[in-house]
Amino acid sequence: MDFELTKQQQMMKKLFAEFAEKEVKPLAADIDEEERFPKENVEKMVACKMMGIPFPREWGGAGADYLSYILAVEELSKVCATTGVVLSAHTSLGTTPIYMFGSDEQKKKYLPDLCSGKRLAAFGLTEPNAGTDAAGQQTTAVKDGDDYIINGNKIFITNAGAADVYIIFAMTDKSQGTRGISAFILERGTPGFTIGKHERKLGIRGSATSELIFNNVRIPKENLLGQEGKGFKIAMQTLDGGRIGIAAQALGIAQGAIDEAVTYVKARKQFGRAIAKFQNTQFQLADMQTKVDAARWLVYHAAMCKENGKPYTVPAAEAKLFAAEVAMEVTTKAVQLLGGYGYTRDLPVERMMRDAKITEIYEGTSEVQRMVISGAVLK
Amino acid sequence: MKIVVLVKQVPDSTEIRVDKATGTLIRAGVPSIINPDDLAGVEEALKLKETTGATVTIVSMGPPQASEMLKELYARGVDECVLITDRKFAGADTCATSSTLAAALDKLGYDLIIAGRQAIDGDTAQVGPQTAERLGIPQVTYVDEIKAVNGDTITVKKALEDCEQIIEAKLPVVLTTLSGMNNPRYMNCNDIVDSMNKEVTVWTFDDLGIDESKVGLAGSPTKVHSTFTKDVSADTETFTLPANETAKLIAQTLKEKQLITK
Repeated sequence: MDFELTKQQQMMKKLFAEFAEKEVKPLAADIDEEERFPKENVEKMVACKMMGIPFPREWGGAGADYLSYILAVEELSKVCATTGVVLSAHTSLGTTPIYMFGSDEQKKKYLPDLCSGKRLAAFGLTEPNAGTDAAGQQTTAVKDGDDYIINGNKIFITNAGAADVYIIFAMTDKSQGTRGISAFILERGTPGFTIGKHERKLGIRGSATSELIFNNVRIPKENLLGQEGKGFKIAMQTLDGGRIGIAAQALGIAQGAIDEAVTYVKARKQFGRAIAKFQNTQFQLADMQTKVDAARWLVYHAAMCKENGKPYTVPAAEAKLFAAEVAMEVTTKAVQLLGGYGYTRDLPVERMMRDAKITEIYEGTSEVQRMVISGAVLK
Repeated sequence: MKIVVLVKQVPDSTEIRVDKATGTLIRAGVPSIINPDDLAGVEEALKLKETTGATVTIVSMGPPQASEMLKELYARGVDECVLITDRKFAGADTCATSSTLAAALDKLGYDLIIAGRQAIDGDTAQVGPQTAERLGIPQVTYVDEIKAVNGDTITVKKALEDCEQIIEAKLPVVLTTLSGMNNPRYMNCNDIVDSMNKEVTVWTFDDLGIDESKVGLAGSPTKVHSTFTKDVSADTETFTLPANETAKLIAQTLKEKQLITK
C-alpha cells in the first residue's frame, strides 16, 4: 500500500495548483457575483491541455491517469468551484461516455476535439419528473427510417449553452422501463434543439445550468451511443465516474475554505492576540483538517479503483457522500471562524459555503449514495 | 537553429533566511524555483521554437537534485536538458562557473545562447557576459524583447535605465533576458506525461575536458569573507518642531550620517 503520489501526479498537482492560484483565483469572486460562465478560464485550461487529462493520446487526450484528472478538479475547486465543475462535467459526464461506449467512428469524430478542448461537452439525464428516479424519463426518441426524432426536455444541465456536444437520454421503448432508455450524442445547432431557462442558483453561480429543449430534433442513427435500450446502464456507469469528480470538487472546496480560514485566524486579533492562539480555533481547525484528509483518501482511493479497472461504484459513492458532507460542514465552520467578515461577500468563505451545498445534491444526492452503499453492505 | 538556454535553480528569495552563526543561507525547507530571468529566457526560446522550428536545449550547473527542475522544463516543451554536476564544480564563483559553462557549450554546439540577466540568489549579472567572453562571441545584455531572427541575424530590444536600444547582432550571440519581458507558459499535461520518459543528460568534470584549476573553488578568485544581516536598530528620538525646522533637522541628520552629501 502506497499513499504517495507518483512523480507524474506530483508534477500535475504542481501545475494545477499554480494555475489555479494565478489564473483562476483572481476571477472567482467576479464569476460568482456576475453569474457568468468562466470562458477565459476554459481557454487557459485548453492551453495547458487540461481538457482531456485521463484519455489516451491516440484520441487526443493527455494520456495521464484518472487521479491526475481528479487532482485538477480538486485544485481548481480550492479557489473556484465553478471552474472545477466545468472540467468535471466536460470530462466525466460528457467525454467519458463517448470514450467508454462510443463506436470507433464516434470516437474519431468527437474525442479529438473534446480532449483538446476545442469543443466542450455536457450530459443531459435529469428531467422535471426524473431526478433521483432517473428511470422516469419522459423524453422520447422515435425511430423514423435512418433517424431518430427526439422530443422532450432536460433540466439543471451543467455546461448547457456553453457545450457543443451533449450526451442525452431518451425513451426508445416505454414498455421496457429502464431497458427502454437509450443514449444519444446531440450537437449544438441541430434544428429543434434549443437552450431554455438559465437557472439562478445559490452557489456555483458561474456554472451554466440550463434547460435543454428538444422539439422534433432529428438526428441520424449514427448518433445512438451504444446499443438501443442500454442508455440507463450508460448513464449509471457514467455517473459512477462523475461522482469521483464531484467528490474531488467537494474536497477542493473544503480545503480551500480551511486555507482561507488559516490565513484569517493568524491575522485576526481579538483580546490582544491572534485568534489562532485560542484553543477553540485550534481544535476547530484540527477537526476540519482531519475530516478533509479522510475525505481526500476516500476520493483518491475511488480514483485509483477506476484507474486500475477495479469496481468503483461503492468507493465512488462513499467518496462523494463523505466529501460532500465534509465540505458543507467545513465551509460552515470556516464562515463561523471568520465571524462577521466571513459572512460578507468581501471574503471567499461564504461563497465556498454556498458552493459546497450542491455537492450533496447533484450527480446523485447524498441519499442516493447511501442507497448505493447500504445496498452493498446488506447484500 | 540550436538555442541553448542557461538556467539556474535558486532558493525562492521571498522565503530566504540567513544563519547568523555561519553567515550562510538556510536552504532547508526553502523551496527551489527556476531563476525568474532564466525562465523568461526559456519562454523566449520556446516562442522561437514555435515560429522557426528551432530546438531548445537547457544547460544547468548545479547539484544532482536540480534534475527535478529540468524535468519541469521538459514539461514546458524544451527538447533536451543537460545537467553539469560534479563535486569538483562546488564552490564556483561566476568566473569558474562561466569557464565550466563555456566548456559545456563548446561540447554541445549552439547558434543562440540565452541566459537570464542575473540570478536572484547572487544578483551578479556576470555569468552571461563572462560566458560570451570565454566563447569569443558577441553579447547583448538586458534584452527586453526578441524582435526577429532573419538568417544569421537577430534583432533585439535592449532595455537600459533611461532608454531602449534596438540592436542587430550576428549569430552566434549570447543574450541575457529580463524576467518582465514575457509571461512564461505553464507546464502542460501532455508534456508532463512525456517528460516521464525523458532523461536529463548528466555531464561531470570528466565529460568536459577542462583544466581542474579553472573550476570549482580552485578556479574562483572570489572568496566570500563573511555574510551578515545588518541589524536594524529600533532606537528613535522624538522631536516636536515646526515644519521648516523639521526639514533642517532631517537634512542635517542625513548629512551627518553621510546619507546625503550636499
